[in-house]
Amino acid sequence: MVFLKLFIVFLKIGSFSFGGGYAMLPLIEQEIVNVHEWLSQNEFIDIIAISQMSPGPIAINAATFVGFKHLGFVGALVATLGVVFTSFFLVVGLARIIIKNQNSTIVKGIFSGIRPGVIGLIVAACVSLFSASIVDVKSLFIGLAILLILHKSKIHPIGVIFISGILGIIVYSI
Amino acid sequence: MNKYLKLFWIFFRVGAFTFGGGYAMIPIIEKEIVEKENLIVAEEFIDIIAVSQSLPGPIAVNTTIFVGYKLMGILGAIAALIGTVLPSFLVIIILAVFYNQIKDIQAIQLFFKGVRPAIVSLVFMSALKLGNAIEKKTFNYILMIAAFFAIVILKIHPIFTIIGCAVAGLIFTRRKEKENGIS
Repeated sequence: MVFLKLFIVFLKIGSFSFGGGYAMLPLIEQEIVNVHEWLSQNEFIDIIAISQMSPGPIAINAATFVGFKHLGFVGALVATLGVVFTSFFLVVGLARIIIKNQNSTIVKGIFSGIRPGVIGLIVAACVSLFSASIVDVKSLFIGLAILLILHKSKIHPIGVIFISGILGIIVYSI
Repeated sequence: MNKYLKLFWIFFRVGAFTFGGGYAMIPIIEKEIVEKENLIVAEEFIDIIAVSQSLPGPIAVNTTIFVGYKLMGILGAIAALIGTVLPSFLVIIILAVFYNQIKDIQAIQLFFKGVRPAIVSLVFMSALKLGNAIEKKTFNYILMIAAFFAIVILKIHPIFTIIGCAVAGLIFTRRKEKENGIS
């Protein structure tokens, strides 16, 4: 059955993609282009361009896009469900254990180390985001301008995203 | 408003404005859930990011499910998840249909060219804000710096970095307990 097959392929992609993001593109490409031939190489490259215009994780974007191209609206639904399925049960399962044991010394000890570690992790993510998105003087200018806005005001991140988009149109049109 | 609908709506906004990968949702969730609604304190939010990072699947999706479950159980997790995924689902279908007409519109390209560098600044400011919420003691500073260097310089995978920090935290807490026990 085609829908079941689509579901299973994206279940697999969702289950083996640690960290998410562009790191999982090779896995998606392998399954969708090479093994199942649901998309051509060119259509697959479109996914990257389309994902950059669309909000949400690239894994979700890819699932929806492939499902839709392959089997229409229901296909998009099935593939998207497949890609989040494993996450849902793992996260809920682990959340349940953590919440139940949140006063145990072991859980407290573990999180006392993880907490500062994650801050280092997020700053490290900024470094790789920086090298991927600050590519010229104009993007550096936008990044710094937004940093200044965030420092001086309490604008909602959504507002900041709009401002940066408009800055992009202005700065790159000059 | 129905509480599930409210949760859905918060995460719909998160999903609609998460451009540029998983970490991009941190500033928006932080603003909505921690600062505006006070549903979760900053330290708990950091814990949730850690767990989300360590499990398979997109970090934005995992974080959403965890926050939803923590606040309102299974139904909360489902409401939050649908909220996060729906905007990207709809946008992708629209783009899949109209891609050939849209792809040559320059303004759209330039808009996202502007958004990308802004995400770096947004995520960086969130890291500072969340870092401020953590107790200021030497052990924490050491782990922050160690985790940063482990990833950036030594190229150790984030999951192993998190596991390393967990072990360090466990050993440190145990040792402290023993000291307290003796004295």
